[in-house]
Amino acid sequence: MGDIVSALVITVIALAALAALLGAMYWVVGRLPKKWREGARAWVFLFPSAVAVTIGLLVPAIRTIYLSLLDDNGNKFVGFENYVDVFTTTGTRLTVFNSLSWVLIGTIATVAVGLAMARFADGMRIESAAKSAIFLPGAISLVGTGLIWGFVYAGPPFDVGLLNAVTEGIPGLPDSWGGGGDRLWLLERGFGGVDPPDSAPGVNTFLLIVVFIWAQAGISTVIFSAAIKGVPDSLIEAAKVDGATDQQTFYRVTLPYIRSTIVTVATLTTVAGLKAFDIVAATTGGRFGTSTIANEFYVTRFVQGRSGVGATLAVLIFILVIPVMILNRRAQARAEEMMGG
Amino acid sequence: MSETTQMTATKPSLVQGLRARRAKKRHEASLGRSAAATLSSKPGQILVYLLVFLWTIPTFGIFISSFRPEIDVKTSGWWNWFADPGLTLDNYRSVLSSGPGQDDLWTFFLNSVRITVPSVILSVGLGLMAAYALSWMKFRGRDWIFVGIVGLLMVPLQMALIPMLQLFSGGAHIGSVTIFPDLDLTGEVYGVWLAHTAFGLPLVVFILRNFVAALPRDIFEAARVDGAGHLTIFLRLVVPLSVPAVASVSIFQFMWIWNDYLIALIFAGRENAPIVRQLATLTGTRGQSYHLLTAAGMISMIVPVAVFFALQRYFVRGLLAGAVKG
Repeated sequence: MGDIVSALVITVIALAALAALLGAMYWVVGRLPKKWREGARAWVFLFPSAVAVTIGLLVPAIRTIYLSLLDDNGNKFVGFENYVDVFTTTGTRLTVFNSLSWVLIGTIATVAVGLAMARFADGMRIESAAKSAIFLPGAISLVGTGLIWGFVYAGPPFDVGLLNAVTEGIPGLPDSWGGGGDRLWLLERGFGGVDPPDSAPGVNTFLLIVVFIWAQAGISTVIFSAAIKGVPDSLIEAAKVDGATDQQTFYRVTLPYIRSTIVTVATLTTVAGLKAFDIVAATTGGRFGTSTIANEFYVTRFVQGRSGVGATLAVLIFILVIPVMILNRRAQARAEEMMGG
Repeated sequence: MSETTQMTATKPSLVQGLRARRAKKRHEASLGRSAAATLSSKPGQILVYLLVFLWTIPTFGIFISSFRPEIDVKTSGWWNWFADPGLTLDNYRSVLSSGPGQDDLWTFFLNSVRITVPSVILSVGLGLMAAYALSWMKFRGRDWIFVGIVGLLMVPLQMALIPMLQLFSGGAHIGSVTIFPDLDLTGEVYGVWLAHTAFGLPLVVFILRNFVAALPRDIFEAARVDGAGHLTIFLRLVVPLSVPAVASVSIFQFMWIWNDYLIALIFAGRENAPIVRQLATLTGTRGQSYHLLTAAGMISMIVPVAVFFALQRYFVRGLLAGAVKG
């Protein structure tokens, strides 16, 4: 118990000290000539955040770009050699490919599940309970999520996995498809008797993407649900009066109306997919051909201690994120224009 | 959300509610088809039930497993529990107990609290101050600074990790001039606070500024006429008026920081590790102790899941505020 008390005391003292410092600064700048006072006071309010993001994000980001141009010890300037390395080494090339699979499959599935839930649960008696059920995984850490699915995919020596039990129950399913019920799903890349070459993702990567979809679908459901409820009733009713079926109304009125929301959800999921680390690290650790760029970044820099390639992988995530963000901005701007805002 | 209001409305007088619903149905029938009711067709409803089932089963499985005896967990799937029920708290007792060779998860649970609470207070408190300055104080370059902070939303965490760790372990120097002292924060809980604060601030500032800037101008002018300075206005007006936004952002930050793995892995030392990181460590080292992993997993989830159920409304609001604008 002593630990908790001392931790609490230290926390309170640290926060109080910060507050006192800010108060003192505010008092000091109040003595300044009137001309500068307003601006100086604003900076007292602003500077803790400004300092934090400058030291914690801006400067480190620039430095990471610089480090990506140096060798793995951070001594010699090597130009774009690390970038060439990433795309020519089989191992890292596979991680790039895996990450793109996460983005592509993960985003399409997450948007689809979210839209389906938002559309079909709308007006059902169990609507809010159903949405909560889909959303709940979003409250669980991705490490915990990985563990939960580890039990679904579990195989020998403890054959207690749900997936094996299901495939075992399907009559006539060959062993290579899990018919024997003894597959180590996350540790084998091949499927149906086909082993992928080293430069292609295996079925285990796909199984990790399923975990990702499971974790992300709730956010997408909640956002789409809010958007669909925001479609003006008059629009829906006008379509109905014109004789449109439900399906036509959904595809021709609702979907176009919430287009910018779809882009937003796709952006969120894409960015999350590019940064995917926790699920991979907590299940396979990136072995068996399942590594992603973000996982490879961690392993390269913090396990193998290679600074140059590690920084390059971080920059690579950044480079892949930017166009997605810009597309999203554009879509939002266009939507605002159309809404007359 | 509409469901909850409907529920509270129908509970006191169920009959009335039923009658109203039936009347609504008749009304819809007379209109032909109407918006809400017909959107959920039969196959659509089945799909919803199917998705709910798929999304619930994995968590339910680990929940059941965590209460099963070790031998059961290791020899049969959790669904066998229904045929052969056996309940025990041994798994929980085992992972929570302290002493040599024990998992002592309670310590790591407290580490999570020690990391999360101050990080949330710091990022939201400082973010609210910045939000006020960026919306109601006049100074040169205000808009540019806001754009700059929001622009940092684009920077992935990974871009900042390597240099920040170097900064914590060795300071920063240009030639022989030290521009940032070596604070030796590696592995310390303070380093984790700073990292979470820095990485969380862009989103916090973005959401809070949008909220604070939308407060009515009149109240600020009235306060100024009464002679209130910025500090008074901030403490007496902005803080209380921003409670809804602050609640949403805090819960959002809380979930994010509690569930974080990467920052904890890099900045928190082994003894300061939060429970999520410890869970990952256990998954690696105790891969054969399935029964213990289930209990450890449940313990790591209990706080965020409780927060989720208790404060879902705020959480969703924070999420929408952060997401809808991208």
